[in-house]
Amino acid sequence: MQHVVIIGNGISGITAARHIRKQSDCKITVISGETDHFFSRTALMYVYMGQMKFEHTKPYEDWFWEKNRIELKRAWVKTIDFEEKKLYFRLPNNIDKEAKIGGSISYDKLILALGSTPNKFGWKGQNLAGVQGLYSYQDLKSLEETTPRIKKAVIVGGGLIGVELAEMLHSRGIEVTFLVRENSFWNTVIPPEESTLISRHIKENHINIKFSSELDEIIGDENGQVKAIKTKNGDEIECQFVGLTVGVNPNISLLKVPQGNMIGREKPAFVLGVGGIKLNLGILVNEYLETNIPDVYAIGDCVEHENPQKGRKKLEQIWYTGRIMGETIARTITGKRTKYQPGVFFNSAKFFDIEYQTFGQVPAELPEDTKTFYWEHSSGRICVRINYTAENQAVTGMNTFGIRMRHEVWDEWISSAKRIEYVLENLSKANFDPEFFKQHEAEILKKYNTETGSSLTLKSKKGIFSKIF
Amino acid sequence: MLQKLGLIIFIAAFGLFIGTLGMNNYTLTDEILEKNFKEEALFDAKIELASMVDQSYSNSYTFTNELSEGIKQLNKVYNAQQAWDKKIYEDTILSIVKSSANGYLVDNKGFMFFLTFGMAIFGALLFILPEAQKPAGIKNNGIYFNPAMTRKWLGICIGTFFISFYIALYFKPQYIANWTMLIDPVSKLINGGEASRWFMYGFLYTISVLVMGIRYIIKYRHSKYQIIRTLSIMFFQTCIAFILPEIMSNLNLPSADLKNMWPLDYSFFFNYRLDKLLTSGAFGIFLLVWGIALFVVGVPVMVYFFGKRWYCSWVCGCGGLAETLGDPFRQLSDKSLKAWKIERYLIHGVLAFAIIMTIGVLYTYFTGSYTLLGFIPTESLKSSYGFLIGSIFSGVVGTGFYPLMGNRVWCRFGCPLAAYLGIIQRFKSKFRITTNGGQCISCGNCSTHCEMGIDVRAYAQKGQDIVRSSCVGCGVCSAVCPRGVLNLENAETDSRIMIAPDVLLGNLMEK
Repeated sequence: MQHVVIIGNGISGITAARHIRKQSDCKITVISGETDHFFSRTALMYVYMGQMKFEHTKPYEDWFWEKNRIELKRAWVKTIDFEEKKLYFRLPNNIDKEAKIGGSISYDKLILALGSTPNKFGWKGQNLAGVQGLYSYQDLKSLEETTPRIKKAVIVGGGLIGVELAEMLHSRGIEVTFLVRENSFWNTVIPPEESTLISRHIKENHINIKFSSELDEIIGDENGQVKAIKTKNGDEIECQFVGLTVGVNPNISLLKVPQGNMIGREKPAFVLGVGGIKLNLGILVNEYLETNIPDVYAIGDCVEHENPQKGRKKLEQIWYTGRIMGETIARTITGKRTKYQPGVFFNSAKFFDIEYQTFGQVPAELPEDTKTFYWEHSSGRICVRINYTAENQAVTGMNTFGIRMRHEVWDEWISSAKRIEYVLENLSKANFDPEFFKQHEAEILKKYNTETGSSLTLKSKKGIFSKIF
Repeated sequence: MLQKLGLIIFIAAFGLFIGTLGMNNYTLTDEILEKNFKEEALFDAKIELASMVDQSYSNSYTFTNELSEGIKQLNKVYNAQQAWDKKIYEDTILSIVKSSANGYLVDNKGFMFFLTFGMAIFGALLFILPEAQKPAGIKNNGIYFNPAMTRKWLGICIGTFFISFYIALYFKPQYIANWTMLIDPVSKLINGGEASRWFMYGFLYTISVLVMGIRYIIKYRHSKYQIIRTLSIMFFQTCIAFILPEIMSNLNLPSADLKNMWPLDYSFFFNYRLDKLLTSGAFGIFLLVWGIALFVVGVPVMVYFFGKRWYCSWVCGCGGLAETLGDPFRQLSDKSLKAWKIERYLIHGVLAFAIIMTIGVLYTYFTGSYTLLGFIPTESLKSSYGFLIGSIFSGVVGTGFYPLMGNRVWCRFGCPLAAYLGIIQRFKSKFRITTNGGQCISCGNCSTHCEMGIDVRAYAQKGQDIVRSSCVGCGVCSAVCPRGVLNLENAETDSRIMIAPDVLLGNLMEK
């Protein structure tokens, strides 16, 4: 019976384990140093805000693993011998009190689902007490320890985790200053209108957001505790906590080996890590999620795709892609070598009270061959953007803030290149808001008609009675 | 600031409310005994209670206790004599206590009503209303730091109060006689008479639904579904359950809560109720037909189109209290598979019990025989159902355990009507909670805040529709979902996704 070992019990690793179990009888071991059981990383914020307990973030009850013969091992991996197909665990030590196991384990197939780790860009003072990112269970614990004593916090980096951290700290009555390098929130990812809408909403929630501000250094007191930060504009802001949320990078330190002096050398396409595994920003994999080492695969946040699909990025560190890679690798492991083929891109988030969904491609800057249609509600809290090709009007992507849309419908519309006019006329079909919510399709269509001089009419209405009978 | 003041006023008024229990002096007189005892028992009572008559008691507990002991002795004798018709029940004792009372509370009912109920409502609203100034949206911040909502000391105190209240209400109402007195002014206004314990309970119930309903509406004001649903609950409790029956009895008609139905209304087919309906002319017959049509026709048709939510979270009184007063405790329901197993045995067991009990009662009604099938004693079936299910389960446990096991303990584990509605919802209904493609992030908000203890996430994260007999369609899973994954929908019955897809939407890998 082959032994599949998975390092990492996040969404990628666990999805792989579950699907391998569904399709085969092989022995499965999942190793994690972070927690005993799989939990939803995205829910850590709710634990901190007191909406849930940590127990509630576990998607499966604790008996699930034994029942499905998925062996869980709580340990940090020290190194891997790819020749011998063996993992060595870190011995327990003072830094990792919870890493109880020494020794080693052998595998037949190895899946690396190592996740990612918050970026630190070598700022002065970045290792002071009270400075941290938000990614792991341990980060939550340290946040719980640090923040009850503090009054003011600074968050550096305007991404999704930054807003979450702002909301979290704000919920505990901590005054938050949010440093954003760009001149509007998240505008490297979303177009200016959406960025303005969200920036406004963040301010509405009493977050002091400072645009065009970059961190210069973090200043500590005599006890090694942060007491202020300095921005590149020279402003000094007093704070007892600094949240670093300037993105994440693949967590591959386990596989790295010293590369010598790189100064003056051209940056290579990849370097060789432990045992000769090919690394760049992440673990390099081909379209089958195979690394350059036989029987070793990588999935999830730690992955860098050597040849990503058209329109997709080399690094796509989101929950959904992690899960899709997990589903895919399970096929390969259980005997049917399968290409990683994510469908129409989708993602979602929530900024304080405003929900966001995106389907397909909606880049921050409009590509030349693409047209765009944008509607915003007078409240300034709801909007929809639809991008479509200039050539044949086929929809290519959609952003929605404040209206829930049906994934299935948009997936179909984008993958079958439906025309914008068809989509707008049938927009109610994609509406996923609860019953009795105000519907905006007519208003959206009206704006399109006005802008383009067309005279489209709504083809269907969601209305409660049309659905019952 | 305003909120703190509101909380202080509420606590003070509530403290006074408890304090009123010991407020009166009591003097038992012969007139009172004559008024409350049937002739055949009056002689015995006068002897048994002789030592109490014309004595002045300043301690309400001593008085009530001595009186209860005396009557217990009387009942013992009657039991031994098998003189069932002479036996004295709680309502008589309650009435004696009420008549014997004198003092500040008796003389100032209106003012004391204002100080207790009036100020408690005022304080509560002062605490609740300022929430509307904060931005609308899901705000469950801090509930797990709150000792009332996490089975900590305050939750246990609240639970103990609820449980004691229900025990007193059902079994020892004489000890809370002063509370019925507080409500007398309201009762006089509505039906001209003094408040019975059930009137007092109904009033308290309705006030709780209304005040906490306002809280709920403010909390979920970004969702029109929640607003309309809560207004519906508040309407049905206030108008249909509380006021309308009073109007009916004012008009000398048999009174009934028109939205309540068998088997939740388990005494619907009891002989005294059938007799009353059958002898009350056309209106009585209407009530009988309405009551039967509700569960024979109303339930299957409405559940087919809308799911059981049309009743459980839009109309029902128990559901109404759970959704309003119980909302702060919804997260305490057990989500484990084990709890689900227990739930299925219990609730269907109660349904079976209710059906057998009712068959027995009707058998006795029509044949006059007290044993069904030669060995089932229908009378004890009836009384044990009333005691175990009607009082203990639905009242003492059902509401008393809100702060310990969540706000739907009765609806989830005990209600026979919920079981019946649930069977139809599970097998023949257009209702389901749909999962939005592959968008679930397994965060667990839905499961955490499901009052029925459904592990909603288990379905959502594998792309399966939630089709569960227990789901009351409150819509909170959909409201708290941060990614817009869940939606309550009605569509073709066979379009419900009952088996999870192999892989979720968004993965195009070869099969």
